[in-house]
Amino acid sequence: MTEKIAVAVAENLINLTIDNREVSVPAGTLVVNAAKLAGIDIPVFCYHPKMEPVGMCRMCLVEIGRPAIDRASGKPLLNKDGSPQINFGPKLETGCTVPVSKGMVVRGYTEEVTEARKEVIEFLLTSHPLDCPICDKGGECPLQNLTMEHGPGQSRFIFDEKIDLAKNVPLGDLIFLDRERCIQCARCTRFQDEIVDDPVIGFSQRGRALEIITFSDPGFDSYWSGNTTDICPVGALTTTDFRFEARPWELQSHASICNHCSVGCNTTLNTRREAKSGGDEVIKRVMPRQNEQVNEIWICDKGRFAHHYTESPDRLTQPLIRKGDALEPATWDEALQLVGDKFKKSKGKFAALAGGRLTNEDFFNIQQVTAKLGGKALLDSQMAGGEMVAQVGVGQGTNLSDLRAGDVVLVIASDLEEEAPLHWLRIKQAAERGAQLIVANPRRTKLDQVAHRLIRYEYGQEAAVVHAMLDSFSPKRPDQPASVKQLLRDESVKAAAEDVQSATNLIVFYGSEGLDVAGSHTLASACANLLIATGHVGRSNNGLVAVWDKGNAQGAWDAGFATSVNLADDLAAAPNLYIVGADPVGDRPDLAETFEAAEFVVVQELFLTKTAQMADVVLPVLPYTEREGTYTNAERRVQRFYPAISPRPGARADFAIAAQIGLALGLELESKLASLAFEQLAARLPAYKDLTYGKLAETFEQWPIIGREDLYYGGTTYDNTQGLGVQPPSGAERGESPALSFEALTDPEKRKGLLAVPVTRLYDLGLTVTTSEILATHWEQPHIVLSPADAEKLGLELGAQATIKLNNMQSPVAARIDNRVPKGVVLVPRSVGLHIFGPAPIEVGA
Amino acid sequence: MAEHILLRHRDNKEISKLPTYRKGSGFSAFERAVTKLNPEEVTDIVFDSGLRGRGGAGFPTGLKWRFMDKNNWPHYVAVNADESEPGTFKDRELMESNPYQFLEGVMLCAYAVGCNDAYIYLRGEFWDLAHELDKHITKLHKEKLLGDQLFGTEYSLRIHTHLGAGAYICGEETAMLESLEGKLGQPRLRPPFPPSFGLFGKPTVVNNVETLANVPLILEKGAKWYRGFGTEKSPGTKIFSLSGNVMKPGNYELPLGTTFRELIFEHGGGLREGRSIKAIMPAGASSSLIVANDVALDTQMDYENVPNVGAMLGSASIIVIDDSVSMDWLINKTVHFFEHESCGKCTPCREGTYWMKNITERIHHGEAVWDDVLLLNDVATNIKGKCLCALGDFATEAVTSSIERFREDFETRVPQSRPKTEVKLSL
Repeated sequence: MTEKIAVAVAENLINLTIDNREVSVPAGTLVVNAAKLAGIDIPVFCYHPKMEPVGMCRMCLVEIGRPAIDRASGKPLLNKDGSPQINFGPKLETGCTVPVSKGMVVRGYTEEVTEARKEVIEFLLTSHPLDCPICDKGGECPLQNLTMEHGPGQSRFIFDEKIDLAKNVPLGDLIFLDRERCIQCARCTRFQDEIVDDPVIGFSQRGRALEIITFSDPGFDSYWSGNTTDICPVGALTTTDFRFEARPWELQSHASICNHCSVGCNTTLNTRREAKSGGDEVIKRVMPRQNEQVNEIWICDKGRFAHHYTESPDRLTQPLIRKGDALEPATWDEALQLVGDKFKKSKGKFAALAGGRLTNEDFFNIQQVTAKLGGKALLDSQMAGGEMVAQVGVGQGTNLSDLRAGDVVLVIASDLEEEAPLHWLRIKQAAERGAQLIVANPRRTKLDQVAHRLIRYEYGQEAAVVHAMLDSFSPKRPDQPASVKQLLRDESVKAAAEDVQSATNLIVFYGSEGLDVAGSHTLASACANLLIATGHVGRSNNGLVAVWDKGNAQGAWDAGFATSVNLADDLAAAPNLYIVGADPVGDRPDLAETFEAAEFVVVQELFLTKTAQMADVVLPVLPYTEREGTYTNAERRVQRFYPAISPRPGARADFAIAAQIGLALGLELESKLASLAFEQLAARLPAYKDLTYGKLAETFEQWPIIGREDLYYGGTTYDNTQGLGVQPPSGAERGESPALSFEALTDPEKRKGLLAVPVTRLYDLGLTVTTSEILATHWEQPHIVLSPADAEKLGLELGAQATIKLNNMQSPVAARIDNRVPKGVVLVPRSVGLHIFGPAPIEVGA
Repeated sequence: MAEHILLRHRDNKEISKLPTYRKGSGFSAFERAVTKLNPEEVTDIVFDSGLRGRGGAGFPTGLKWRFMDKNNWPHYVAVNADESEPGTFKDRELMESNPYQFLEGVMLCAYAVGCNDAYIYLRGEFWDLAHELDKHITKLHKEKLLGDQLFGTEYSLRIHTHLGAGAYICGEETAMLESLEGKLGQPRLRPPFPPSFGLFGKPTVVNNVETLANVPLILEKGAKWYRGFGTEKSPGTKIFSLSGNVMKPGNYELPLGTTFRELIFEHGGGLREGRSIKAIMPAGASSSLIVANDVALDTQMDYENVPNVGAMLGSASIIVIDDSVSMDWLINKTVHFFEHESCGKCTPCREGTYWMKNITERIHHGEAVWDDVLLLNDVATNIKGKCLCALGDFATEAVTSSIERFREDFETRVPQSRPKTEVKLSL
């Protein structure tokens, strides 16, 4: 039934009786969970299947009896009829805190239990305001539902004796607290402590004055805050995004996939057609959708709140054609005709540059067009190595939740919580379950807190660390540079190498911290070698994971795209450019010259970006919310998303436009149905062989059971009925034997001045984030981070304004000082308007 | 008592000074234990003495020490000096006036369970007392009775004092451990119990001050000697904190099994002239009310016999109530106390004590009807047995027992029906 249960079949099962039904569950299962597995509801408020039980709310009180044992003989005592004698304790017990035991008898239907439930509800309602008609939770509220089912129906509490408490307490700028509604279940505080290790909220005071407060400045400073509103069993915690926006029963639900990062969290988009939006359908909120193999039941705040770009009024809805200096509206026929004509004449001098948020169908069709024209298919990304992930990526059936003692996870060059929050969370949990976690990074990151082994290297030595690990247990290559030899003497590297050698399973995550595309390629190749050399490829829970910068970067590689090591040269060499879902000029102002000189530029975009402004033809596209498609995540899971709202008239899906362009080139590509486009793709790409939309939509029973009618049990996260996706076999599993490919390393250049290194921040100044106003205070402003020593040398104080000169661009920035930054290094965030594409010399002035 | 076992300062005031305490064989038991006995032998002697925990539950002390998980180290001792029960004031006198005997008890316990760091958790109001204890502890370090490698053995021991921040709940052992760890003082789920999962998640003995103060003399004079006091199942002497409507309130150290009558009338000097005894609360505000009839007065005060008259011995804080007191006033007081002190962790106690407070207020001020008394009883009954820790139950004991046993006090307080209130309709 579930992973837990499947494991349990082999292990010891405990037989017990719940409400007169025989139940068999693994040892250690709590009574409430045993009941849930048997389809019996024991109501709860404070208990949550993802957290340790606390037994606070007392809603799950049940009668629990255990077989009587004769003390002398140690044998069970029997009744006259031969049935075992059952002793019930003098008190009711909380089903959420008691593990099952052999022969246990649980009764949840007796009068005593029914009364106890009624009493707990009655107690809770003495302080609850019962303002359901104006409460956002109304309609999907555990307290409301359980009151209807178990409550007394009439109040004996004098209404005037209710306490008035503050109803609009901002815990941060994303989450509001209604103190009257809070039933002190501590789900939110426990989530922040236990699950995401951001203990920034907690209880203050005691008794009825007990109140949730925030300890952080700014308030509720966590990337995970939105999840607390899902598990809050009342309307005490609401998001700024959704509060007072709609009633749950007015909402439509549409399965989707978050494309902000490469985790591929399963989401549900709640939409409504509403008067205040001019009769349009709008997305009211983004909710997590359960996929225990990907995001469990959580999403990060970026995924939850950064969705507003899809509904921006600035979106393009009409093709534009350049007439002199201006871009003028045109019909689709005119635009496609022009593009087709021009592309036909490009004669090998053609390149497509596509962004990592496009779908597999888009990439496939664009790649077909590009191949037909003999051009290059380039992925707009800061990372490389996707072809290696396709080969030695994690095998079919990989689930980070399966990692435990004996398994090893190596995370190198990644600030994982910033780059892929859910990967951070699931690796943290793996480490807590006992998997050996090795974190290699030049500076301290949040993942360090749960790591078993830390490797500190200098920026530029990323691949050298991996080579040193390889060298420590295999014949040493003579041509290794000094940095490898030096790292070979590093105790932590040696110990990590031993961990890797003795690992049952090994997964290596490589990120983009401090790297450019070339560096990323070298690192990916080193990591792939490590996995191949130790035999950790071609099976589940083993292999390489790239912490990609966008949701479907892996899909691009699989379709034949590759990142360019020198984008300017590649673009300049192909003066006919097809830019899809990317804004190279916006990201790199130095590319403006290339585009000035280009012969013909087509841009497919949502918005009139800097690149689009320089285009000859601009074609308006649909965001993922208005169409369907598939993404392939970093763990190579192919997942399907569905249209949430009707397409805005005038715009078309990227794959459809590419297919229509292809028509002029004599290509027969699917331009209408994404599912058919996917069929064509699956027929051509071995990695996607036999996959269909139908298969991607398959689901199976997951644990814990959430959503459905019993919202109270796991919160308002959506049950997954639309597809868990499929992880197809990797190249290694398909019998392609990946070869060791050794890239010779060189030592990082000796430098005199400061070195700027790129780092990734969750809330950058990308278009998807800056169109969500509610995240405004979270937007990373242009800044640099330096060590206290360097700051002192430069005479910079915390928060001081500084000027940097980086890659020929001068920019004003705020200076941050952090003792986690190594001396001589300046951290420069990506995508905040600063000119950083890889490690580069930087001048910092006060 | 001819001679005290615990309140020895009453026989010799100077015992609070270290040289005097040492002269009278003080710390010889500790030295003998560390140099001559192994920890199990110390535990066995305490077990054989039949000493039961004086914090209220009366759990056999030696058995608790034996429960310490030997496969999980380090071990801790956490002394409960939170003494917050209304009417209880015995630990304070012990720590103030006979501090070294208490500290020696802590040290013996620590040795018996293999603990190198013992903590004394004092209620916040005991800040001056904590200061004094710190001075005593410093002196013990100077005399090499505390510190590293005591008496030339491998055994080391340090004692730390810690002040609470003013919460009754922190007298509950697991809430005390939470508070000691620097967290919000709320009780933990039990099981696991502290001897397997206690302070910082390690095996911990939590003992009351008075319990440990018994230990030095038990070690010195033997378990058999100790069993010469008290009853078979409740051996030893006990400090009874006597208060309420009695002529001579105060602490009295008497053998367990002494009758209420002897304590109240012989030692406590009886009641004021013209007053008669109406009720007894034997365990402070958490206590049921005993109807003070002859049967009750002749009941022996020990862990077995007090339940026969419908209450518990608890920490033996005997509150005497005379015929001038109406029970609706009394429970209004106790319920206010518990409403103020409820930690709020579990629903019935958090919401129920608040609700009870509103009702007892109404009853006491004559604003209630008989249905309110029944409602109060119902609310109290609904709290009982359904809470996370014992404190929820405590909050209801006085309420339900007084409504049951002193019904007339309530009947005279409430009118037969609620006065009609005018309902104003406004449109």
